[in-house]
Order: sequence, then structure tokens, then C-alpha cells
Amino acid sequence: MRKFFVLLSREIRSYFYSPIAYVVLVFFLVVSGVDFYFQISFMNQRPVSYSVQEAFFNSVFFWFAFVLIFPLITMRLFAEEFKLGTIEPLMTAPVRDWQVVLAKFFGALFFYIVLWVPTLLFFALFQAIAHQPAANSTGAYFGAYLMLLLLGMFYIAIGCFASVLTKNQIVAAIISFCTITLLFFLGLVQFILLDVSSTTRQLLGYFSAIEQMGTLSRGEIDTRPMVLYISGTILVLALTHQIFQSRKWRL
Amino acid sequence: MIKVENLTKRYAGHTAIRDLSFEVGKGEIMGFLGPNGAGKSTTMRILSSFMPPTSGRASIAGFDIFEQSLQARARLGYMPENVPLYNDMRVNEYLNYRAALKGVPHRRIAERVGDVKELCGLREVEKKLIGTLSKGYRQRVGLADALVHEPELLILDEPTIGLDPNQIRQVRELIRNLGKQHTILLSTHILPEVEMTCSRVIIINRGRIEACDTPENLLGQIRTAGGVTVEARIGADDGVEALKKIRGVRDVVADGDGEWKVFTLRVEAEIDVREEVYRLAAQRGWTLRELSQRRATLEDVFVEITHPDVA
Repeated sequence: MRKFFVLLSREIRSYFYSPIAYVVLVFFLVVSGVDFYFQISFMNQRPVSYSVQEAFFNSVFFWFAFVLIFPLITMRLFAEEFKLGTIEPLMTAPVRDWQVVLAKFFGALFFYIVLWVPTLLFFALFQAIAHQPAANSTGAYFGAYLMLLLLGMFYIAIGCFASVLTKNQIVAAIISFCTITLLFFLGLVQFILLDVSSTTRQLLGYFSAIEQMGTLSRGEIDTRPMVLYISGTILVLALTHQIFQSRKWRL
Repeated sequence: MIKVENLTKRYAGHTAIRDLSFEVGKGEIMGFLGPNGAGKSTTMRILSSFMPPTSGRASIAGFDIFEQSLQARARLGYMPENVPLYNDMRVNEYLNYRAALKGVPHRRIAERVGDVKELCGLREVEKKLIGTLSKGYRQRVGLADALVHEPELLILDEPTIGLDPNQIRQVRELIRNLGKQHTILLSTHILPEVEMTCSRVIIINRGRIEACDTPENLLGQIRTAGGVTVEARIGADDGVEALKKIRGVRDVVADGDGEWKVFTLRVEAEIDVREEVYRLAAQRGWTLRELSQRRATLEDVFVEITHPDVA
């Protein structure tokens, strides 16, 4: 277990050694800040039936930034080690393959969580200035951030998987970007289908991140996305581990 | 310490090493020689558990490198060729991280890292980013990393490649000192280095072991023992033909134009041809300016074994 934490701490620190982390942090803060501003100014113009918090987590801006950050966070995880050859000293040290895979996954997840922490400040500021609650209930915050965590886990696992496939970071980024975007838009297909009562539409609805976010950010804690994303994460990480292990047989 | 039995590694399309078997005893410094692409790095990568062999087995300190890979890896310090390192870490950070990763107990990390920095001369760069270090320093960081957990066995893949002559001398000295407490397997192209540091040598060519012995025994075994250099003014004579007739001379190469010619003779072991050369010169009225014998070196052994047609 100690080795896992040694690896994890290097993974986390390595984010902050590279300029990518700061670029992503700034990009994300700007986009989410602008989004928050637009949502409030829109709500200032007319009465709406949703809260600031719901508006923030369900806007187009938000999803755009959301899908884009995963390739940036995960592309270097394995690809860089393969490219630089540092995988050789790493794997000839007495560490197990799964320790490396999990350390990289949790390192990325940690960075992802750090990315979201400043958004809590948005709501605190809003409440301090406007003297009214930003959400309808505390559970709504919990639901929204839970959904972010679940979706983040799954997409980071996909990013790990893309990165373990290649030694080229750009290729890894493209693979994860395409996969994540496809999965994400699979949930949007239901809005295009005209047949209102079709089971296809209903089925696709289960995979719709937008719909799930809508539910959870209202404070309704639905267990279905939990099962979907946690099992999805485990599956993709297991695949990543398999590919990582098979690497030595393909050398 | 190392036991290798019938190790074979096949890549798609070609066989890198075939049926390799050898043993390295505790406290030995084993030199691993061979031309480029002979399979040196492949063997070392297999021994360090970086990749599995196609067939055969190997063990380190009694632990099978495949079945008990973690135990085997914990007992060896491996320095890969070209020393890949994290360029965005500082020397201190990197060595601390590697020490912890290799299971050095918490309270001993500072002491161990301090020791290897001292040993490898890294004190003056300890706070620098690895990416800004010169080749020589990177090499030393790699060596410090290999040593940090006090392994019983060191596997060093080309530890002196890309270093300047002074650094080579330092590293050689370091390896010889390390050999007092560690078992070392090192590969290199630089033959005088092997002669000076290694207690035994394996010569590998096209994936097979061609020779495995002490440097002295290898020198004794070869057919051609060094050479004799003759510089003489011979007038219109055909020096090459005359010299070739001397018993024990295998080959003659003439060089130099004008009056003075330099002949390089490859001679058989255990025959001193210098007397005969002198007699020939006296007989034909040549003027001798140089007549000297060169002892065979490991280079001759290497050339003879890996390129039999040239020798």
C-alpha cells in the first residue's frame, strides 16, 4: 500500500510540475466563471423556475468545457512514460502493474477534484452578495457534485485507457476526446428522435449525462447513474490494466 | 547471484537471443560484450523483469524473475541504456521518490539518498531539474537511482556511453569500488574498460554466447596474439611477400609511401617472430627503424570472435 501512495504522490505532483495543469486550471476557471456570470445575468432579465445552481450545472457552456478537460488531464498519463522510456525504470522497480494504473487514475481524479473546488466559491459569493440561496436545498449541491464525481471517474478511466494504447500524447488525446464526446452525445440522440414513445429513446435516456445531471442537480439522488458510472469505471480500468500488462508481451 | 538457463527471446520476425545460459557468482563483476544488436540490452531487460523471455528461465538471488518478479526486482538495481528520467523533477526529489518506491524504510531515505549523492558526485546538482543536467550528470543520477536501495546486484546497460574520458575514468573507478560489495553485470563497447574492471567476460554475438571466461584466459585462447610492427627502408624489394614467408606470420599489411614502409604483422600466439624479421632484414640489407610487438588485447579477442573472417 505504501508504494501505491508513493506513486500517487508523484502523479499528483507531476501535474503541478508541468505547465499543462496551470493552463487547464485557468481555462476552466475562465469558462466556468463566464458561464456563471451569463447564467445570472440571464436570470436577472426574467423570472425563471430554476435556481442559480441548477442553471450553472446544466448550461451548454458548462458541458462544452466539461468534455474538453478530460483529454487534457489524461493524455500524458501513460503515453509520456512510454515516449520518454521512463516506464523502464518504473516497471523494473518492485511495483505491481495495478498499483501504477490505480495511482495514475487517482492522481488524475485528484487533479479533477481540485479543478472543481473553486466553483464552490461562486455559490458562496452569490449568497453573500445577493442574500438569497443559490440552490433550492443543500442536497442539490450534493447531487450535482456527486454527478460530477461519477462522470469524472468514468471519463478519466476512459482517458487512462486511451493513454495506455499509444506512446503519442496527441493520439491519446484524440482517442479519449472522440470516445467521451460520442458517449456524451449518445445521450443527446433522444432529443433528435421524433418517435416520442419509443423504447430506444427511453433506453438512450438512461445514458444521458445531461438528463442525469438534471435529476441530480435538483437534489434527487438517483442510484442508477451511480451503478452505471462506478461499474463503467471499474470495467474500463480493468481493461486498462490488461492492456498495460500485455505491453511487456508485445515489446 | 544470477542464474540463466536456456533463455530465448523472439521478436516478431527475428530472434534476439537464443538459448543463453550463464551464471554470475556473488561478488563478481561480469562484463557483457557484443556488437550492436547482439542481444545485450534484451538480456538485461529480461533479467530486470522489464519483459518476459519467450522461453527459458532466469533467477536472481534465487528468485525466479517471472514467478517471483517482485522479490527479484527488490534485489537488483538496474540502469537502463540512455537513462530515461523524469525531466521535470529535481535530483533530490527524484532520488527520494525512487528510494521510497524501492522500499527503503522512511527513516533511512535521507541517509541513503545522501550516501548515493556523495558516491556519485551529485552534491552540486542536487537542487537542479533533471531536464537541465548534462549527459554525464544524468548518467550519474541513473547510477545513484540503481544504488539507492542497496541492491545485491547491479545491472548496468552501457554505463559509460556518452561520457567524456574523465567521466569514464570516474565511473570505472566507481564500478570497481562498488564491485567490492555488489555483484555487477555491465555491458559496454569500451573494451579496455572491461579488461580493467571485470573479473569475467561474456562475449555475445547474434544472440548466442561465443565466449565466457576471465579476460586473461580469453587472451590466452585466441589464435592471433597481437601484432608486430616493422618500419623499414627496403628499396625495391617486395617486403610483404618476404615477411609472409616467416613462420608464425598470418597476415601482413603494408602502409606508407616513399622510402619508409610500415608493415603490420598479425602473428600466431606464442611465437615471437621478431628475431626472424631482424634476420630477414639483415640478409636483404633493409634498414630497420622500428621493430616492436604489441600484446593482444580484448579488442583482438572481440574482433576474432565476432568477425572471424576479418581475423
